[in-house]
Amino acid sequence: MAGHVSALALSHDRAALLESKQATREPAWVKALILTVALGFFFVFLLLPLFVVFSEALAKGWRVYADALLEPDALSAVKLTLLAALISVPLNLVFGVCAAWAVTRFDFRGKQLLITLIDLPFSVSPVVAGLIYVLVFSSHGWVGPWLIAHGVKIIFAVPGIVLATVFVTVPFVARELIPLLQAQGREEEEAAVVLGARGWQVFWHVTLPNVRWALLYGVILSNARAMGEFGAVSVVSGHIRGETNTLPLHIEILYNEYNFTAAFAVASLLALLALVTLVVKSWVEWRQGRQAGEEH
Amino acid sequence: MSIQVRDINKRFGDFVALDNLTQDFPSGELVALLGPSGCGKTTLLRVIAGLEQADSGQVLLEGEDASDTHVRERQVGFVFQHYALFRHMTVFDNVAFGLRMKPRKLRPSAEEIRRRVHELLQLVQLDWLADRYPAQLSGGQRQRIALARALAVEPRVLLLDEPFGALDAKVRKELRRWLRRLHDELHITSIFVTHDQEEALEVADRVVLMNHGRIEQVGSPDEVYRHPATPFVYGFLGSANRFEGSNGAGGIAIGAATLPASGGPQGEVVAFVRPHELDIIPLAEGEGLPARISRVLTLGALTRVELEGRDGLGGQHFDVELPASHPLAAQLQTGQPVRLQPRSVRLFAQNEKAGAA
Repeated sequence: MAGHVSALALSHDRAALLESKQATREPAWVKALILTVALGFFFVFLLLPLFVVFSEALAKGWRVYADALLEPDALSAVKLTLLAALISVPLNLVFGVCAAWAVTRFDFRGKQLLITLIDLPFSVSPVVAGLIYVLVFSSHGWVGPWLIAHGVKIIFAVPGIVLATVFVTVPFVARELIPLLQAQGREEEEAAVVLGARGWQVFWHVTLPNVRWALLYGVILSNARAMGEFGAVSVVSGHIRGETNTLPLHIEILYNEYNFTAAFAVASLLALLALVTLVVKSWVEWRQGRQAGEEH
Repeated sequence: MSIQVRDINKRFGDFVALDNLTQDFPSGELVALLGPSGCGKTTLLRVIAGLEQADSGQVLLEGEDASDTHVRERQVGFVFQHYALFRHMTVFDNVAFGLRMKPRKLRPSAEEIRRRVHELLQLVQLDWLADRYPAQLSGGQRQRIALARALAVEPRVLLLDEPFGALDAKVRKELRRWLRRLHDELHITSIFVTHDQEEALEVADRVVLMNHGRIEQVGSPDEVYRHPATPFVYGFLGSANRFEGSNGAGGIAIGAATLPASGGPQGEVVAFVRPHELDIIPLAEGEGLPARISRVLTLGALTRVELEGRDGLGGQHFDVELPASHPLAAQLQTGQPVRLQPRSVRLFAQNEKAGAA
């Protein structure tokens, strides 16, 4: 996906080039039509809902908004969401780097299988992912009874939520790194080894700095998904208020109780998170684009 | 430090990259490994460096078996074709890398590293670029920085893999001379890989010609150019006219024509003649090989004549070079039938012809 990033930056320059040449310039009405369709769609389906979220959240004034966010159940949902992200993102960082390294640097049997498995969470419905954990860890599941007998509760408890979050966020970091590490080849690393660097020194001083922006990009996406995940978490959570509700689940409960203002207020938190993610993502893309530009 | 390789074999799948190769590289020399692409020269260089493991055979550094020594400990400097500079580091940090990676006990102080790096940057005449990033440098500058980086760890051997291959012709020429001067100052045993015969002949003390994973000939540039040992070497070093015939008591029979005998192998032979050793006789009949001029091209001081064989030599091409000031050069016409008389012919028995370029 790092490829997408630079491709996006590149297509921007190409567009200006195409526009400047008469041969490739589209008639004005075509340009106007396509722009209207694109921007109209963008406005109705993306910008308008975002606006509605914030306007509904603040419809009854700042006090109600603040109350909805500071209510104990809401705070506990925020805490649980942060906890799930805090555990799953670092785990995925480590796993993603290891997997990308394994795929691009080692020759082994089952490599194709590993690549396919990395993508599994993208292709499987999150609800199915949640159900898998229920089947394995619930009181009627394979290892659930044994775990419960030993006092470990996974389903309808925090560990289940963390597991489900880890599952759905697995591909992000690895997917970012694999194409980049593949494109980079081995020469710089070989140069470092000839100069006397040890394995970890090569990784730390040569490999990692070259992929740092892609890595950060993967972490951002992974974090956004971890905080926003609904389906998988919903199945394993059990919706116990103040205990096993994450922000998305909390919003659903409030909404089902016709407590629209509170629902939108909490939703606005997630929307804000999305906006912050977008800003950071654009910044990282810009940095990455600049780095790519410097290489040419 | 001297380098010896003994009975090195290396295969990649079915492809034989190095075929039981043995060679000595004496101390202090600048040696060129020369050959067409796929001849195994880069593989040999990487085996010496330890970046590639030979299937069998030994690499001796200073007489000691280094086959089991890790690249890190071999104390070789390696320069890559595409520079392989660390792109996120400044020029200074690139050159300092090897010193900074040393174990704490052996690592020089920051002050010492600074001094050494600037010394090396002065050596490659790029001290003023210390704070730049590789992307901000030209190709020639990058390769000089790569060389400075390789020299920073005081290697016992310098190995260069097509060091000028990625540069344009003019820069390449400059860097060649510069590398030669640098070697004369440092006298570090150096091996460089190239497929450019001009580069090898101009820079190296000794040229090792390789083909199909074997060594075809070793010698000084003058030796290998003047006395090619095999048809391959003859064809690879400089351009050559090649024709087949049979050598007997009466001379070398080529088509209907006969060239004067010059000894050498009897029977079916392959003959080589350099373009500047072939005389044009502006007569349709007489001694020599019958040919017809198809193109006359004057470039500076040299006139190149391209000819087609005729009278039983159809399909054969000839190239002749003569000084542009030669009285004949102005008279030659396209389409003119002429005779070609070699001043010097090199004969190889027909069964040796394998690999002739």
